[in-house]
Amino acid sequence: MRIKEHPILNFDRRKEIYFYYNGKKIKAYEGETIASALHAEKVKVLSRSIKLKRPRGFFCGIGKCSSCLMKVNGIPNVRTCITLVREGMVVEDNDMELSEKDYPECKFEKIECEIAIVGGGPAGLSAGIEASEFADVLVIDENHCLGGQLIKQTHKFFGSKEEKAGIRGIEIAKELEKEAVKNCRVLLNTSIIGYYDRGYHFLVGVNKIERVVYEIKANKIIFTTGAQENMLVFEGNDLPGVYGAGGVQTLMNVYGIKPGNKGLIVGAGNVGLILAYQLLQAGVDVACIVEAMPRIGGYFVHSAKIRRCGIPIYTSHSIKKAYGNGKVEGAVIVELDENWSIIDGSEKKISCDFICLAVGLTPSTRLVTQTGAEISFINEAGGWVALHNEYMETTKKGIYVAGDSANIEEASTAMIEGKIAGLHAVNSLKGVSDFKIKIEKYLKKINAFRQGFFGSRPKKAKEKIIEEYYEKMGKGRNS
Amino acid sequence: MKRWEKEGIVEITDLSLPDKKHLKKGVAIIECVQEIPCNPCVDACPFNAISMENINALPLIDYEKCVGCGKCVGVCPGLAIFVIKIIGDNALLTLPYEFVPLPEEGQIVKALDREGKEICNAVVKKLKFGKTPVVTVELPAEYAMEARNIKVV
Repeated sequence: MRIKEHPILNFDRRKEIYFYYNGKKIKAYEGETIASALHAEKVKVLSRSIKLKRPRGFFCGIGKCSSCLMKVNGIPNVRTCITLVREGMVVEDNDMELSEKDYPECKFEKIECEIAIVGGGPAGLSAGIEASEFADVLVIDENHCLGGQLIKQTHKFFGSKEEKAGIRGIEIAKELEKEAVKNCRVLLNTSIIGYYDRGYHFLVGVNKIERVVYEIKANKIIFTTGAQENMLVFEGNDLPGVYGAGGVQTLMNVYGIKPGNKGLIVGAGNVGLILAYQLLQAGVDVACIVEAMPRIGGYFVHSAKIRRCGIPIYTSHSIKKAYGNGKVEGAVIVELDENWSIIDGSEKKISCDFICLAVGLTPSTRLVTQTGAEISFINEAGGWVALHNEYMETTKKGIYVAGDSANIEEASTAMIEGKIAGLHAVNSLKGVSDFKIKIEKYLKKINAFRQGFFGSRPKKAKEKIIEEYYEKMGKGRNS
Repeated sequence: MKRWEKEGIVEITDLSLPDKKHLKKGVAIIECVQEIPCNPCVDACPFNAISMENINALPLIDYEKCVGCGKCVGVCPGLAIFVIKIIGDNALLTLPYEFVPLPEEGQIVKALDREGKEICNAVVKKLKFGKTPVVTVELPAEYAMEARNIKVV
């Protein structure tokens, strides 16, 4: 299951390590997460549903979906998809019956900073780099490395030179990480689990494996918590082997592990199209892409890349069911009419051993909601988002958002939003002499990105968010 | 709805094509028919042959200025640029190729059309390593506007 040769990526497998899974000794390589190492050993069932004990497999791969919760070194509910495997680690099926003794003693550590950033993806790192020129910045991320979802993007980015067009996402991640660690304090493997208003902004973070609880005091907080992949309702959608598209990208492009031999992709937006191409690059076959809309949602150039490799895209088609005994063994697809109803007799069996859902993302807003910042359901933004002004500040003073958690968009716009949030936060804290010139430049740039066909949805989302922000704040935009 | 919107396959009639004279000297064919925010091809061209009104506009190519150098082929994030040079009955087709194994010079490969169907044999003439490897193959001139991928066999 491990990818040996790849046109873009090299996988470092120099150091072999061993860990235990339900008592069995398993080989892995340093740098792999528990879930990816298990996947390489064809262990596809990671947990079971609480009531019906249905098997749960690898889904999101970024610590959001809870499908991979396992007991690690005696600690229950560890998200094994973001926890690095270590020599001698003891991994077991999760224990549903939790008792006091399952919670080992923790260390407590206090941290003070001027600006805390939750999430080290493109938005968070850009915010950190921008703000750290003038302030003491702490970047917190629950993954073992920085870069967010850029670390699995092997394609060259679109956009213009200033937003690193033509550079692959993986390289952008490295550049941002290098710059950020030079100037910011970084806390990895740490999940922020709570926000409290104590007259100052207060966050609680935990590092489960190291058993540390962090109490973080900050003057300003920027939440760049990203997004979560959407589920789709169909029979068999919880079979192990039904993955989020991003989960497969992580498994394949970060850890070098194939999800299977032949995949079906649901959704022909950019994520689905890019994933199909990346699967082919990893030597994995793609049966087809089905798309419920009558037209391809992603960029034409991405679709052309996979079409000329012979991969069909069926528009006005959807998945009806996934079948298989304990794992995906195939799927049934159907054609839809103009009212999105299934056309009788259009059922077609597709032979595949995994299915990827690329049906959109939902902003991750649970943390920012804890601050009391006003949230609103904005369809164009992908769901509930925190209302914010053009400077990315929410209705709660000193709390900012940026990137996908504030509207599902592109990494390029997430980086600019991060810069805007970082600059505004640091300016309101300390005053930045050329603030006006700088912020105008960023605002102009982000507006340029939101022109054109693909910019119309995010543009509308942002207009609504900003309008509702000013309504809530009870003042006009220019007052 | 255009075919490319539904199927991801562009029709020749959707493209602004060079005339015979230009094809003989060798020119870039830009198969970028949808407005997306992207402009690295403009910066990549040493002859200022590619222009764009704004970052979302479609790239315009001046076939008088283009010399078919192929600098843009490996730069285009959408892998949407090809170079065609007609020499007698044959054509040299330059395309981006991001798969392993890479072909070797002199190797015979299959040329694929925009749907991935095998249409003819092609001989690998040149390999350029960069951000994206760029391969030049020779094939019968009649397939030059159809072939857009290769299969290493």
